[in-house]
Amino acid sequence: MTDISTSPVRAGTVIDGPSVGDYVALLKPRVMSLVVFTGFVGLYLAPGHLHPVLAVIAVLCVAVGAGAAGAINMWYDRDIDAVMRRTRDRPLPAGRMAPGDALGFGCVLAAASVLVMGLGVNWAAAALLALTIAFYVFVYTVWLKRRTPQNIVIGGAAGALPPVVGWAAVTGDVGIPALVLFALIFFWTPPHFWALSLYRAGDYAKAGVPMLPVVAGARETKKQMLAYTLVLWPIALAPAAMGVAGWIYGGAALILSALFTGAAIRVWRDAGDGSAKRMFGFSILYLFLLFALLLLDRAPGLVGSMG
Amino acid sequence: MTDDRQRQQRAKNLALLAVLAGVVVLFYVMALVKMGAF
Repeated sequence: MTDISTSPVRAGTVIDGPSVGDYVALLKPRVMSLVVFTGFVGLYLAPGHLHPVLAVIAVLCVAVGAGAAGAINMWYDRDIDAVMRRTRDRPLPAGRMAPGDALGFGCVLAAASVLVMGLGVNWAAAALLALTIAFYVFVYTVWLKRRTPQNIVIGGAAGALPPVVGWAAVTGDVGIPALVLFALIFFWTPPHFWALSLYRAGDYAKAGVPMLPVVAGARETKKQMLAYTLVLWPIALAPAAMGVAGWIYGGAALILSALFTGAAIRVWRDAGDGSAKRMFGFSILYLFLLFALLLLDRAPGLVGSMG
Repeated sequence: MTDDRQRQQRAKNLALLAVLAGVVVLFYVMALVKMGAF
């Protein structure tokens, strides 16, 4: 592992000024899209009524809050981002933006998203949104990421909270189905991220990030990935069992979980990177389809809408 | 201040103005909805 504490990136040398695109990149739009989608599903499934304008505002707040957490994460991680191939072209390590600008941007957006959620929707959702941002920044980014291979396991709670925020936006509290959605994303995160870190292990090692493949090796990582895909079966089926979704969702969850476990088995058997790359891609599709089906199976007029 | 730097500063100020205007509109709409105006 390389010592990166003396990296010039920490000093914040700006070569070119930032563009609008750089500010957008700071919000991690790809991560944000999944967060917004899962947050919306939580909001949609929740019993009760929320004015459509306030629902849009709630989803907007989740998006902005997630983006703010991403911006602060990029500010804190700019030294390791400069070392890794996947992240070295981000606005801060590339020298297109001053670190202070990114931090200020992230903090203002974080405060604004929580404030607007509280004033416009309700303070339970605002508190949960604040918890999500704080957990991602302080627990995952600052505390765990550089210290333990369990970083993305515990830190995954931040990514799992948006559907709970969406649910709370409607109900003002946290229901059991919202916790099932939380568990679904929480237990999906390790196999998702470890699939990526299997074929990026060199990058993580160079940056000094103790991802599981770096610390425990590929074999142990693959074993744990397989175990997590098995744990996901009952959790993925729980919404159907609880009547939150119908048999269309239940059937699809069964097939998708089998395919996800199959992908983990292929990763286990494969000595190369190919199957890990395919599993990473499939993991995104897996979560997206499960949440999309939760949405569709509750849509008015569809068979199985009431479970 | 160079021309380029001035242009950048102007773009930044306009972006801030747009964001502030957006926030004002957002709070206005939120207030209307909360009061049950529509």
